[in-house]
Amino acid sequence: MQLPTLPKANTPSIQKFITPTIRVFMPLVYYLLLSALLFGIGVAGVLLRRNAIVIFMSIELMLNAVNLTFVAFAAHLKNLEGQIFVFFVMIVAAAEVAVGLALIVAIFRVKATVFVDEINLMKW
Amino acid sequence: MAINLQSVLFFFFSVVALLSAIMMILHRNPVYSAIFLIVTFFALAGFYVLLNAPFVASVHIIVYAGAIMVLFLFVIMLLNLKRDAIRERGKIVRRVFATLLVLILLAEIAVLIGGSILSSNSDGAIAAQQTIVGLANGSSDTTTVVGNTKAIGRELFTTYILPFEIASVLLLVGIIGAVILAKRNLT
Amino acid sequence: MQNYIWLIPFFPLVGFIINGLLGRNMNEKAVGVIGAGAALASFITALLTFNDLLGLSPEARVFTQTLYQWMATGNFGVDVAFRIDALSMTMVLVVTGVGFLIHVYSIGYMHGERGFFRFFAFLNLFTFAMLLLVMGSNFLLMFVGWEGVGLCSYLLIGFYYDRIFDETTGLTCAGAGTKAFVVNRIGDFGFLLGIFLIFATFGSLDFETVFSKAGASLATHEVSTGVFTAIALLLFIGATGKSAQLPLYVWLPDAMAGPTPVSALIHAATMVTAGVYMVVRCSIIYLQAPIAMEVVAIVGLATTVFAATMAITATDIKKVLAYSTVSQLGYMFLACGVGAFTAGIFHLMTHAFFKALLFLGAGSVMHALSGETQITKMGGLKKYTPTTFWTFLAGGLAIAGVPGLSGFFSKDEILWKTFLDSPALYVIALAAAGVTAFYMFRMIFSVFYGAPRMDAAVMHHLHESPKVMTVPLMILAVLSIIGGYVGIPHLNQFEHWLEPALTRFIPAGASLHAGTHEGSFSLELGLMALSVIVALAGIYLAYQIYLAKIGAADQWARRLSGIYNLLKRKYYVDEIYDALFVRPLMWLSENFFWKIFDVKIIDGIVNGSAKLFGGLASVLRRWQTGIVQNYAVTLVLGLIIILGYLLAR
Repeated sequence: MQLPTLPKANTPSIQKFITPTIRVFMPLVYYLLLSALLFGIGVAGVLLRRNAIVIFMSIELMLNAVNLTFVAFAAHLKNLEGQIFVFFVMIVAAAEVAVGLALIVAIFRVKATVFVDEINLMKW
Repeated sequence: MAINLQSVLFFFFSVVALLSAIMMILHRNPVYSAIFLIVTFFALAGFYVLLNAPFVASVHIIVYAGAIMVLFLFVIMLLNLKRDAIRERGKIVRRVFATLLVLILLAEIAVLIGGSILSSNSDGAIAAQQTIVGLANGSSDTTTVVGNTKAIGRELFTTYILPFEIASVLLLVGIIGAVILAKRNLT
Repeated sequence: MQNYIWLIPFFPLVGFIINGLLGRNMNEKAVGVIGAGAALASFITALLTFNDLLGLSPEARVFTQTLYQWMATGNFGVDVAFRIDALSMTMVLVVTGVGFLIHVYSIGYMHGERGFFRFFAFLNLFTFAMLLLVMGSNFLLMFVGWEGVGLCSYLLIGFYYDRIFDETTGLTCAGAGTKAFVVNRIGDFGFLLGIFLIFATFGSLDFETVFSKAGASLATHEVSTGVFTAIALLLFIGATGKSAQLPLYVWLPDAMAGPTPVSALIHAATMVTAGVYMVVRCSIIYLQAPIAMEVVAIVGLATTVFAATMAITATDIKKVLAYSTVSQLGYMFLACGVGAFTAGIFHLMTHAFFKALLFLGAGSVMHALSGETQITKMGGLKKYTPTTFWTFLAGGLAIAGVPGLSGFFSKDEILWKTFLDSPALYVIALAAAGVTAFYMFRMIFSVFYGAPRMDAAVMHHLHESPKVMTVPLMILAVLSIIGGYVGIPHLNQFEHWLEPALTRFIPAGASLHAGTHEGSFSLELGLMALSVIVALAGIYLAYQIYLAKIGAADQWARRLSGIYNLLKRKYYVDEIYDALFVRPLMWLSENFFWKIFDVKIIDGIVNGSAKLFGGLASVLRRWQTGIVQNYAVTLVLGLIIILGYLLAR
């Protein structure tokens, strides 16, 4: 479909400096390994920490590691879909954080603790 | 691997990201953990810029570091959390086990990616390896995709208009949910 | 007529349904008319079929009608089909004819009883089952009828379900019914095994197929004698149970707990003769198993003697007749054992006439004496109940073997054929005939002659039975007298009628081992005279002891007190069975099968499997700690495993 054409920006070619187009990237493997490491650190945080807030932050770290993978692939496969997907991941993460933190606040009101090993009402 | 600006920046950002991530999960004060996470986010934003995704980088900073982490800090201060206890009672086994699991997971992912420890008769991994190797050799053609605002905006409002609208509904639901859940019961 | 033979069992079935479902609300007359009417309709249909059958030549006298295919699985196929040949025609006529007379008699005898409609319903059901038994054209249908008559016997013996039968042992009428059923069951087990063996050997249960193959084996010897012997003996075990031979006769004396018409119909004329019918039907199998025939003859003879001796000392009028029935059934089996199958059926027919007559007469006596059954409390009834007396006398003379009456001809045929086979057996059988005459006339003299020994109250109500009861008595008396003339020697119409049905399966040119003995006519006449002398001697002895001198009986009883007590206590057989079988079995059931097997093992398995799951669950439950991080650990673990699997592939 035909978009209304924007007036040609009169900005100088500062844009070239601000957002230069990079044509050659680091090899993909490095990005993947890095995001894998970040993901692993996030998993360790989820499994090892007691504080619910810190666990939540570790989950955010995991999500971001995945985001990094997406963007890396988008760059290397020359496909914009990866970045679009990252956009949506961020939206979902935002909504999730809002609701999750509200939940933690609600639980705190009842149990007066944020330590997950003290919240075991579902124990058999 | 050539030593140019890109690789230097890459290593710098990766060191920062990894170190602050590890500090985040190890530090006992939740506020410090939040700060470290913000630093990690900044490093990630640097990565996004390096990967031709300026829009994503900006949105990343605005949304994650600017909104989500602020929310985290608000909640931490609201709940008035103190430092975590140093040691838990008798949960050593679980911690060791969990650490072990994480290491195995990392090893598996590494194997998946690297492909050099794989046995010789798994074709899928070899094919993946070749693809990755092919990709890793870099692309030297001139037609790259620029992830600037204009390009992303065009895609969002044409091909991905439906998920976009649904995402806005999702955010609405999130808002309502958060308000209801955190509301103090007025009896 | 061939297409209507299904009506013969159908009428009593309809009578059973109507009387059973609606009889409660009908009046006695209606119930009686429907019940007896069903039997009459069956009888008339049977007569018409008989007429048609006579019109055919002897080899072709077989009517079959297949109603529908009952089972068909693989090689095994059974139809619900009826077969009328000379043998089953005879049985059908006896069952429906005598049955009809007994139905009529029951209308009078059971008048005023609480379960009147129930009685007639069961009686019709019995007739239906008996007709299935004799008309069935395969072993399975015969077995269905076999079980059906056993069931009806149980129902009818225990008819007075709320009464005690035997005061000394405490046996209730219902208990007597159970005893009959259980003892029959033991015999049925043997019968079933025999049927299985027949199927395994011949591949079919249909009479025509099985007997043709058995007959063919006479010439080709493809089925071994051992197999035939096994089949014959197993079937005979079933006959022992149903026809009350040694050792399974113990139910018949206690079956007198039922009403007298039941004793007449079931335990004299029809059900107990089912065993004889079955052996005669399978004659081609027995003829090829000489050992089995020896066994049958010896068991039959032993039963005859055994039961006759017990009848000498019995004082209950029906029990005397019951032992007499067991004894006469022994004669029939003796006849089968020596190869004289037609003689066995001949005696079955005449026995049906005079034994039913005697039982109905006894019922008439009991009716006149307001229910008294002990012959020691009877006497001199000759002038009070003349019709009963004369008909009873006719039956007694017939069973004693007085010449001219039916029993004489049939019993003599058996004795003659036994002599031809083995003189030793003959001597014993002859002695038993003498004993028969003795105890029969002991009873007649005690009941009808001499001075009355009844109570005053009973004397006051003494009256002859109503017409509805005495007319069947008279008809049966006539049959007892003239019924034997179809089988007189050398003009033996009965044998001509019946023989082709049995010999049609023998292929031409094959030889039979038994049943072909011949003797001279003068020898036969001589033996006939001998048996008459023995019978008259028995009657004279009874006269001397029980009539001539008052108190002579008691003197003799004291003199021979040892033997007398043994006989009076029925050789302690019931007590022996109780100690040998009943008590150990009850002990075993209670202490082992119930307390150990049922409670511990079966309940243990059921409860144990529940406990197993409970235990398993209580162990697995600990996984649910409620701590989210544990669940997260499990998640990661699962992820690792899946990844590992995918990598290893």
